[in-house]
Amino acid sequence: MEQRELRDLENQCIQEHAPPCTAACPIHVDVRGMLAQIAQGDFPAALAILTKKLPFPGIIGRVCDHPCQAVCNRKDVGESLSIAALERACAEFGGPPAKVRVLRARGKRVAVVGGGLSGLTAAFDLTRKGYEVALFEAADRLGGSLWDFPESRLPRDILVAETGVVETLGAAIHLNTLVDGAEALEALVDAFDVVYLGVGACAPTLFDLDLDAEGHLQVDPVTFATSQTGVFAGGGVLRDANARSPIHAISEGRRAAISVDRYLQKVSLAASRDHEGPYTTRLYTSMGGIPPLPVVPMADPGLGYRQDEAVAEARRCLQCECMECVKVCEYLAHFGGYPKKYLRQIYNNLAIVKGTRQANTLINSCSLCGLCAEVCPEGLNMADVCREARQVMVQQGHMPPSAHDFALRDMLFSNGDKFTLARHQPGMATSEVLFFPGCQLCASAPEQVRQTYAYLCEKLSGGVGLMLRCCGAPAEWAGRMDLFEEALADFKKTYQEMGSPKLILACSSCYRTFKTYLPEVPLLSLWELFDTLGLPDGVPTVRQDAPVLAVHDPCTTRHEPQIHESVRNLVRRLGYMIEELPLNREQTECCSYGGLMWLANPDLARDVVRRRIEASSTDYVTYCAMCRDFFAGQGKRTFHLLDLIFPSSGEDARSGDVRRGPGYSQRHENRARLKRHVLQELWGESVAEKVGYEKIKLVFADAVQARLDRRLILVEDIQQVIAFAESTGKKLLNRESGHFVAYHKPTSVTYWVEYSSDGDTFVVHNAYSHRMEIVEEGTA
Amino acid sequence: MSEKVKAEQAWECARCGIPLEPGEVSIAYLGSAFPVSLLRCPQCGAVFVPEDLALGKMAEVEKLLEDK
Repeated sequence: MEQRELRDLENQCIQEHAPPCTAACPIHVDVRGMLAQIAQGDFPAALAILTKKLPFPGIIGRVCDHPCQAVCNRKDVGESLSIAALERACAEFGGPPAKVRVLRARGKRVAVVGGGLSGLTAAFDLTRKGYEVALFEAADRLGGSLWDFPESRLPRDILVAETGVVETLGAAIHLNTLVDGAEALEALVDAFDVVYLGVGACAPTLFDLDLDAEGHLQVDPVTFATSQTGVFAGGGVLRDANARSPIHAISEGRRAAISVDRYLQKVSLAASRDHEGPYTTRLYTSMGGIPPLPVVPMADPGLGYRQDEAVAEARRCLQCECMECVKVCEYLAHFGGYPKKYLRQIYNNLAIVKGTRQANTLINSCSLCGLCAEVCPEGLNMADVCREARQVMVQQGHMPPSAHDFALRDMLFSNGDKFTLARHQPGMATSEVLFFPGCQLCASAPEQVRQTYAYLCEKLSGGVGLMLRCCGAPAEWAGRMDLFEEALADFKKTYQEMGSPKLILACSSCYRTFKTYLPEVPLLSLWELFDTLGLPDGVPTVRQDAPVLAVHDPCTTRHEPQIHESVRNLVRRLGYMIEELPLNREQTECCSYGGLMWLANPDLARDVVRRRIEASSTDYVTYCAMCRDFFAGQGKRTFHLLDLIFPSSGEDARSGDVRRGPGYSQRHENRARLKRHVLQELWGESVAEKVGYEKIKLVFADAVQARLDRRLILVEDIQQVIAFAESTGKKLLNRESGHFVAYHKPTSVTYWVEYSSDGDTFVVHNAYSHRMEIVEEGTA
Repeated sequence: MSEKVKAEQAWECARCGIPLEPGEVSIAYLGSAFPVSLLRCPQCGAVFVPEDLALGKMAEVEKLLEDK
């Protein structure tokens, strides 16, 4: 990932963008943070947040023209928050404002002309920055047009106290001092390093400065520089009296002060000044499911909110944020952040030269399902990021060897002699279509694969070929593009030898893989074909009481609406009513098999499955063997569509327990047996006998098999250890239990097996494994 | 005699027919090697890695090294 690419991606995640209130506020008060503190009843903390941006909270809380309230998202679910009144509550109940720190004197002198809000703010900011500020005010008091507000609205003690802060900080205040023309300005320019004109309602023609088309003083809209170098202007002087705004006056005083500071430091006035002043935020916040709430009234509007009223009002704040993807994705929620943070972590993980790669698990835990992109207002797709990151990790040699090893070896098995098969229909020399059931359906329900193949042969003329193998998806998920391309090339070679027929796919992961990487191969999902050809004869289609099944769409069908439709047609035709899960079709969730999440992060995978199966208490029907087996494995009654089309004796979606999927060893065995069966039954070909260690007969002590499945230890691993131990004699004996313990490392994992022998079979008591290598120093 | 020592004394090398003894063995992963104290056959060098070591400390170190 290039840095530019990172920034483009980060830019797509809007979670850290300001809420609408803050963006619309000309000085960007953190309204959301302030309201969160008020909601907690912590007014001092709220005031501290407010005064971080706002110099005169008691005044502004009473007179602010609050552009924030017009854009408050609450307006769509009730009424906008009373933000201005809550600011006033902060000032009233927040205790004495924190002491303002003043930086070390810089030895530069600034003249501020005008004691209204913009001049006061400029003087306030520049004094704090360590400049020597002299403020010139024509009247005999500070505040300018603030005195136009009635005392009932703006008590004079507050007005005097807060404007007085500027003098307390150290600015020299010169009242009754009129700067009334070009000559007076020139005198200031001569005497000071820089001048700020915050002269309010004063006639702009007074000075010898350029005016704009409307006759107002002309300033640069970003820097507030006038036509004369070293002279800046802002506030009421820039507009007509009816367009004046207290909060804009503060904003312009502040922005001019930034320019003054930059001018005196001799750095660029205009660089990096995006989003000063009001702007429209990109932050998206869903209003879905939020009950509307009206504004909390004040017992006495003249006094403003009481504390309890302010707390109640602040609690209406929606605390706007996006989090659309995090809300729907257990994975994104699991790591405690959101994509913007994750992108940075992933980038750092790939860029790190020395040290711990802390985001390995983050990168490898994504199911690559792409739901995030569906719900993201900006379409950010973390699956693409994680997929690419894995490829980079592999290229760098930094992919943890344990992360995907089991799945890759499983793929190797499926693309080895034990399972691969490609034949034309018995008695046919060509294939018009080729049935490709996929490795996991064959592992989960080999009998249904045989039934489906028989059905296809019966319904279709022109030759139905059969191809058993793995599409290579696990390698792609693991970032092993070398293995993936190899698998794809092997497939393609066989496929072409079969005459390049149309491919009929039962597995949606195969469907996605071929569609993405071999777009020239014509594809048809088995479900569309069933929908067209009709159900097999004798399948029950009328059921009493119209039972309901909730359809779970596999994540790899996300962009295949035609498959969604066919599946629903079939479920209805099978006599069921359909319940739609809240997230389905293009917004469906992954079962945790995708992206090999189940392998890289088993705890997270369990949570993902739990979340999905808790989406409805209705029984599920799906059309992916892994979704089915993972859900059933955690106790959810889940049927594969083929469970309904080819029900095993008496199995009905309404009675009894649903079959759990086979364990990992059994999945290998099921594939191998499927190949043996079809070869013998359909093509009359004999199959090679078991050889070597495969002939070793095992029995398992209680609960051992389930433990080995959890530990991803296969029967064939155990057979290899025992074969090795028995042929070399290299084994240990526990004299108390009489059990042998032996270890062997066929490839990268060392397997330990505790066993005893019983005639010609071996009883397996336990097994475990590690990847660290024992460097033996034999002394024989 | 502690339970641990007692349990350790139950092990013998089936090939050599002699009891295992504690000894230092080097274990390695991804280019890093560590000495560990394991039961081993003083004659042929066959070692015993107990289950709790394999699934505990060794698994931890494997993860650490894989993320290096």
